[in-house]
Amino acid sequence: MAGDPLVLVKEVRYAYPSGWKLSDASFWVTPGSIVSIIGPNGSGKSTLLKLAAGIYRPVRGKVELLGRDITRMNRKEIARILGYLPQHTEGHSDYSVEEVVATGRFPHTSGVRFLNRQDFQIIRESLKKTQIEKLRYRRISSLSGGERQRVLLASVIAQDPKVLLLDEPTRGLDIHHQLRFFSVLSTLAAKGLAVVVVTHDLNLASLFSNWILLLTKGQIARQGSAEEILTQKTLEKTYGEGLEVRAHPVTGRPIILPSAMSPR
Amino acid sequence: MTTLLTKKRFLLVVGGYLLVSAGLLAIAPFFGSESIEPAKVLHGLFSPETIMDSEIFFFHRIPRVLLAFLVGGSLAVAGNALQVVLKNPLAEPFILGIAGGGALGAVVAISIPGLLIRIGPFSSLQVFSLLGCLLCVWAIYRFSSTRGEISMTTILLAGVTVNILCGATILLIRYLVSPHLLVAMDRWMMGGLDVVGYGELSTLLPLLLPGLFLIFIHGNSLNQLALGTEMALGHGVEVGAVHKQVLFGTGLASAAAVSLAGPIGFVGLIIPHMVRRLSGSDHRIVLPAAFCTGGAFLTLCDVAARTLVAPTEMPVGIITALVGGPVFLKILFKKERLT
Repeated sequence: MAGDPLVLVKEVRYAYPSGWKLSDASFWVTPGSIVSIIGPNGSGKSTLLKLAAGIYRPVRGKVELLGRDITRMNRKEIARILGYLPQHTEGHSDYSVEEVVATGRFPHTSGVRFLNRQDFQIIRESLKKTQIEKLRYRRISSLSGGERQRVLLASVIAQDPKVLLLDEPTRGLDIHHQLRFFSVLSTLAAKGLAVVVVTHDLNLASLFSNWILLLTKGQIARQGSAEEILTQKTLEKTYGEGLEVRAHPVTGRPIILPSAMSPR
Repeated sequence: MTTLLTKKRFLLVVGGYLLVSAGLLAIAPFFGSESIEPAKVLHGLFSPETIMDSEIFFFHRIPRVLLAFLVGGSLAVAGNALQVVLKNPLAEPFILGIAGGGALGAVVAISIPGLLIRIGPFSSLQVFSLLGCLLCVWAIYRFSSTRGEISMTTILLAGVTVNILCGATILLIRYLVSPHLLVAMDRWMMGGLDVVGYGELSTLLPLLLPGLFLIFIHGNSLNQLALGTEMALGHGVEVGAVHKQVLFGTGLASAAAVSLAGPIGFVGLIIPHMVRRLSGSDHRIVLPAAFCTGGAFLTLCDVAARTLVAPTEMPVGIITALVGGPVFLKILFKKERLT
C-alpha cells in the first residue's frame, strides 16, 4: 500500500482477564485503501480493531494516528481523524435519522454549541454519500437493518474522518444491502478515505479490498492482497476443508464457494 | 424543515417550558387550605403592619412552591440522566440507594429523640438523611468501580441491594423503637414539602446546584451515550469521565432533594419519558424541559395535596403516584396511536 500511514499498529498485544491474548499484531493503513480483517470466530478481529481505534489500550506495542501515539490523544482528537463503527450499537432513544447523523459532529463541537452552517452542510453530504437522503426525517426505530447500518455509517462519516474502522458492518444484511454497503465504502475510498473493515464475508473482502489481514488464534497469520491470502491452501488451514477457490469471471479475483462435500 | 436542534428551536422550546413554569409558580401560592386575597398580599408587601394573607403567601406558600419546583425538577433531571447512563428506561434517582439511605438516616434521627435538633437552617433529620444518601451513593460507587471504571450492571444491582439492606435495617429499628415514633417515620417516608421561610430552602442549594451543573454540562454527551457506549467513544466522548460526573451529579442533586422532602417517588421515572415523547430526544432540550416539567408536576401535586382534604393535607408522594401513573399511560397510548 502506497503513501504515509494514517494508522500504524505496531506489535500490539492485548490480554483479556480470561487469559485470551492477541499477540504482536502489526499493520498500517494508507489513504484510499480498503483493508479487510478476516478470520474464524474468536480469532481476535474485533479486538484488533478496538486496539486500532483506541477503545482498548494495548499492554505492549503502540498505535499511532498520523504519527502520534493514540494513548496521548483525547477522544475528540482521535474522533476527528478516525471514525469507528462498533459491531453492537444500542438505541435508548428514538432519534430521527438526521439526528443520528448529526451526532457525528460531536468531535467538532465544544460544550453545548449548536450546529453551524458548515455542520449542516457536512450532515447533508453524509446523508448523500450513504444514499439515505430520503430517510432523513424517519425515526431510527422504523428502519430496516440495512438502512440502519447506513445511517450509522453516515454518522461516522459526518465526523469528517480520514480513516473508517468498521466492525462487521454488514452482519445480518441480505446480499443486496451488503453489496450496496461495500459499494459506498469503495466510493469513499476512491475519494481518499482509508477503510478498515472486519468481515466474515470472504467474497466481499476479496472483491473490495486492497489488503487483507487473516487472523487465527489471536495472531495475524498472513497479510497481503486478496490473491495472496485467499488461496485454497491458506483457507483450508484456517477454516478447514469444504471450501473451493475460483477466479471471479469479471475481475479475476478469488471467490470462495462451498465445495460439494460437507465439511468435516 | 429539519428535525435537528437549532439555537432558534432551543430558545423557542425551552422558552415555552420556562413560560409555563413561571405562570404556574405565580399562581400556585394562591392555592391552599387558607384562601388568600391577592389585594391583601400586595397590601402587606408595602404596609408596615403584619397582614396575615401576606405572611402566609411570602413565608409559607412561596417557599413551599419553590421547594416543590426545585425538588421535582431535580428528581426529573436526575432520573433522565440515569436512564441514559444506566441504559435502563426504568432507572430513577432512587436506584442509587438514595431512597434507602435517606430513609435510614431519617429513621435513625427520629428513633433517638435527643438527635432531633436544629442548627441554623439545618435540622438534624435533614443532615442524617443527607448523610445516609451520600453514604449509600459512595458505597455503591465503590462496589461498582474497578480500576477507575464503573460497571453499569453492577451499579444497578448494588443500588437494589443497598436499598434492600437499608429497608431491612429500617424494619429492625421500627421493631425496636417506641410505637409513637412510628407515625413520624411513616410520615417522613411518604414525602412532604412542609417548609417555613427560606432558611431550609437555602440548605438545598450547596448540593443541588453543583449536582445539576454536572448533569447539564453533559447534555450533548448524553445524546451520544443514548446510541451506546462504543458508539459514543467512537464519536469522541470521554465516556468514563462523563459516567462518573453524571452519576456524582445525580447523587448530589437527588440526595439534596430527598434529605428535605423525603423519597417522593414517580417524578424521576415518568417525567423524563413524558418530556422525551413531547419534545424529542435531544438532551440539550430534554434536561431543561425535564427540570421545568418535573418542577411543575410536583408543584401541581403539592397544590392538590394542600387543597383536596383541607384543612389538613395529604402526603404529596401519594398524589405523585396517583396522578403520574394515569397521565403517563395516556401519553404512552396517545403516542402509540399516532405512530
